[in-house]
Amino acid sequence: MISIAHLSKTYASGHSALKDVSLDIRRGEIFALLGPNGAGKTTLISIVCGLVTPSAGTVSVDGHDIITDYRAARAKIGLVPQELTTDSFERVRDNVCFSRGLFGRPPDPAYIETLLRSLSLWEKRDALIRTLSGGMKRRLLIAKALSHQPEVLFLDEPTAGVDVELRRDMWNLVRTLREEGVTIILTTHYLEEAEEMADRVGVINHGELILVEDKAALMKKLGEKRLTLELSAPLAGVPDLLAPFDLALAPDGRELTYTYAAAKEGAPGERAGHPAVADLLRAVAASGIAVRDLRTRESSLEEIFVSLVRREP
Amino acid sequence: MNLRAIRAIYVFEMARTLRTLLQSVVSPVISTTLYFVVFGSAIGGHMADIEGVPYGAFLVPGLIMLTLLTQSVANASFAIYFPRFSGTIYEILSAPVSPLEIVTGYVGAAATKSVALGLIILATAALFTPLTILHPLWMLGFLVLTAVTFALLGFIIGIWADSFEKLQLIPMLVITPLTFLGGAFYSVEMLPPAWRTVTLFNPVLYLISGFRWSFFGLSDVSVEVSLAMTLGFLALCLVIVHFIFRTGYRMKS
Ligand SMILES: Nc1ncnc2c1ncn2[C@@H]1O[C@H](COP(=O)(O)OP(=O)(O)OP(=O)(O)O)[C@@H](O)[C@H]1O
Ligand SMILES: [Mg+2]
Repeated sequence: MISIAHLSKTYASGHSALKDVSLDIRRGEIFALLGPNGAGKTTLISIVCGLVTPSAGTVSVDGHDIITDYRAARAKIGLVPQELTTDSFERVRDNVCFSRGLFGRPPDPAYIETLLRSLSLWEKRDALIRTLSGGMKRRLLIAKALSHQPEVLFLDEPTAGVDVELRRDMWNLVRTLREEGVTIILTTHYLEEAEEMADRVGVINHGELILVEDKAALMKKLGEKRLTLELSAPLAGVPDLLAPFDLALAPDGRELTYTYAAAKEGAPGERAGHPAVADLLRAVAASGIAVRDLRTRESSLEEIFVSLVRREP
Repeated sequence: MNLRAIRAIYVFEMARTLRTLLQSVVSPVISTTLYFVVFGSAIGGHMADIEGVPYGAFLVPGLIMLTLLTQSVANASFAIYFPRFSGTIYEILSAPVSPLEIVTGYVGAAATKSVALGLIILATAALFTPLTILHPLWMLGFLVLTAVTFALLGFIIGIWADSFEKLQLIPMLVITPLTFLGGAFYSVEMLPPAWRTVTLFNPVLYLISGFRWSFFGLSDVSVEVSLAMTLGFLALCLVIVHFIFRTGYRMKS
């Protein structure tokens, strides 16, 4: 749906905010762009939406280049910006209709009503925007972005400064939109959000896209456990008896590491523990290896993320 | 052509005018009335006719031009500066709207306002002094052309400005003086020859001269020259606006 190729952006300040980013967003998916402050998430979105001029590279939306064919490209996109930038003295409904007009769509009061109702803004339709609370303003921005029924929706940190209930509403809305076939790209600092919502996750740091993966694959990594045995005496090699466990021996020969899939919560057999672990321990005992200590470790998405972004460019 | 977008911007801007009716319409009318009272009635009573036109009537085109220029610039510059300042410009920039459509919406609304204002002032003036308009169509033509040109100039200023001070700077430092020195309140014939030559470099002179000609049939420079200069200035503004959008100057990083 969106095809980004070798995209770079260097701001006038000389700051290189994006470095050779290539990414394909599939039609109908929810894509979460994850990254710390200043990673380049907003810059990436801004380029696709026409707010920032790219320094190099190309972007197309449903086959339409964002520069040479900007009209067709932009008509498909709705953008909810990170900052709460709203007018002040306009009224809610007028402002949403204004947005629809900007995108060249004929007035459709019935649709606007449905939209406002679904965002719990219908009661406020005639209120001045400056009298809205922050959460309402964010919903207004969403209504404006959806006013022209876009095929792609960008949500730049939709849940920043939003309470738990509104966050849940927001997630539900995103799911509903996905069911309607809208492609959604959201940025977030929160892994939880990416985990909860996304079909695929991209991690961006220092302007580089360092990972793009299906959430399922990520969750598999997340579900990985490691059992490390600290040995009393260094081993020269893994004994044959332990070969089936595919163990990793530390270079100094003092640690054996066993990697296995953690049982899913509530999965059958959970109570029985991990037979493989028990087998391993028996096998270790049988091969006469003296174990000084052992530890297990669960890798979390958080950890994967932190280890990824810590790596300096 | 995204006509709906032009309409949306235009309606949005006109709604803003109606909301700030007092500021947008009433205050220029009041200040113009004051000019008439002071210059037209109080001082004008002691002034000789200028080429057969009573001074009070002679003032009218100049005063309308003064308002037209300052209001066109002020309206258009604020209209585009404010969304840049508040950040709501993101919506315009991300919409499937061409630069020409954006300019048409904003400049059209600003020009509409100032033309309406010019006509209101004309009507106000008619209460103070008997008026005849020899060439009403030319009069309207100059009114619209000048409003559009200076709304374009205002649009450029609103994009160039990065503070509210700068937004006021050009109108205060350039436009008002040029209007006062461009023969708003006198005929260039009344100046010593040396100053007359200097005045010919003032673009506003041509606007006022042409506009006054449409009222009384008399002018400082020929009406063709006036028209050509106005169109030339319009073309210059269009070129600058084109450049702004082509480079994204002060709108996109
Ligand atoms: N207009 C600009 N001029 C110069 N530098 C900029 C500009 N906009 C952003 N930057 C810089 O580019 C980098 C990326 O910014 P960006 O807003 O894309 O980050 P982000 O990932 O959205 O961060 P956050 O999570 O804080 O929103 C930052 O270092 C920022 O300072
Ligand atoms: Mg951001």
